[in-house]
Amino acid sequence: MSDVLSYLVALLLWPGLAGGALLGWLFLWLQRKLTARMQRRFGPPFYQPFYDFFKLLGKQTVIPRGVNPLLFYGLPTASLAAMLCVLALMPVPGNPVHSFAGDLIVLIYLLEVPALCDVLAGFSSRSLYGQVSAARETLLSLGYNLPFLAALIALALQVGSFRLDDLVNAPLSLVHVLAAAAFLLAVPARLKSNPFSIANAEQEILAGVHTEYNGAPLALFELTHGLELVALAGLFTLVIMPALSSGLAELAIYLLISTASVIALSVLAAGTARIKVQQAMRFYWRWGLVAALIALVAAWL
Amino acid sequence: MKLLTPLIARSRVKSPWVYCANSGSCNGCDIEIAAALSPRYDAEQTGALRQGSPKHADILIVTGPVTLRAGAAIRDIYDQMPSPKAVVAVGSCPASGGVFSGSPTVEAPLGDIIPVDVYVPGCPPRPQEILRGVIQAAGKLNDKDREREEEQS
Repeated sequence: MSDVLSYLVALLLWPGLAGGALLGWLFLWLQRKLTARMQRRFGPPFYQPFYDFFKLLGKQTVIPRGVNPLLFYGLPTASLAAMLCVLALMPVPGNPVHSFAGDLIVLIYLLEVPALCDVLAGFSSRSLYGQVSAARETLLSLGYNLPFLAALIALALQVGSFRLDDLVNAPLSLVHVLAAAAFLLAVPARLKSNPFSIANAEQEILAGVHTEYNGAPLALFELTHGLELVALAGLFTLVIMPALSSGLAELAIYLLISTASVIALSVLAAGTARIKVQQAMRFYWRWGLVAALIALVAAWL
Repeated sequence: MKLLTPLIARSRVKSPWVYCANSGSCNGCDIEIAAALSPRYDAEQTGALRQGSPKHADILIVTGPVTLRAGAAIRDIYDQMPSPKAVVAVGSCPASGGVFSGSPTVEAPLGDIIPVDVYVPGCPPRPQEILRGVIQAAGKLNDKDREREEEQS
């Protein structure tokens, strides 16, 4: 019973829905605000993503003709649910759920679900722009997953375990630095931010896979994006950075490094322009492969 | 859902996402809209965000005297937007036809084609005025939602 309760707390409170959404909205605002400041604009007030979410919830939902309503509502719900499970699995300070053997593999699978839902949403929405965007996302996932998976596998290989707790408690080593480099290469493309905003290419292909989405389903997709930001920044902090202390200090360090990575991501996004999908693939299959191989070889030795 | 109603009502005013449509404008008003959205006047501090898809937008900004070819497109874009939605007509052209008034090739005024909530006068209007028009239109979204619900019931 207490096991069920702790899973519920992890899914709905911290680090799941409530905590994740608040942190996600904060990070989304930070990205927009920093971009605005770097463009010498004032930028949105800090409650902006919160209001955006509730405004979308209150809007009418129009389902395009010929699209299955189950799919239209189901895909954003599935991607949100997968992201909540990811957050619940992460051994952040204060998480009531205990790590189990092989949870890293579950986490990797669940992290793929939002991208998969995006692709299905794009192909099923009967929008030309959605289909172009979905095709780009499919192709890109073959690129960015190379350094991303290699980084996590290298760390698991180094520790000799697929348990997240073991990875978190491992002492800092050369492999951590190399895996961090490979991990960071993958992050901008995973979050569809510049220069890899190829799949969601604003204005160029309207709104990408979300072109036909509106109202509550769009709100869920936006929330999922915020949670993805929290999950990836958190995973980076937990797995790559060594556990320095425990309790409140650990929580502070977790939040600090997550925020720092969001800041770095915004600086990169504001400072670069979108590249073509061929260029992105070349980048990932060249430098991504190099980073992946170095990390794996270092872990092997 | 009843519990969220006041929150949603406040959110609507604070988060007007716009979609810009040019119905044969001379581009003068569009340049002023671009100025309103870019660093100098920065519409994002009011929560306004330009959207690529009309399905994401709350407010439709229309410029131009609505040429015969543009009329059907404007109607289509308006119908695609999910309720509650508002329309801001920017410049003299959509209001009266401006210098094209009386021409057989324009359908102005815009109000005959779709319901217009805010007219921003000027040829072209200043960016501050456009920004004020967007904020005014956002303030009307809640009333429009209430009207729609009353119509349905």
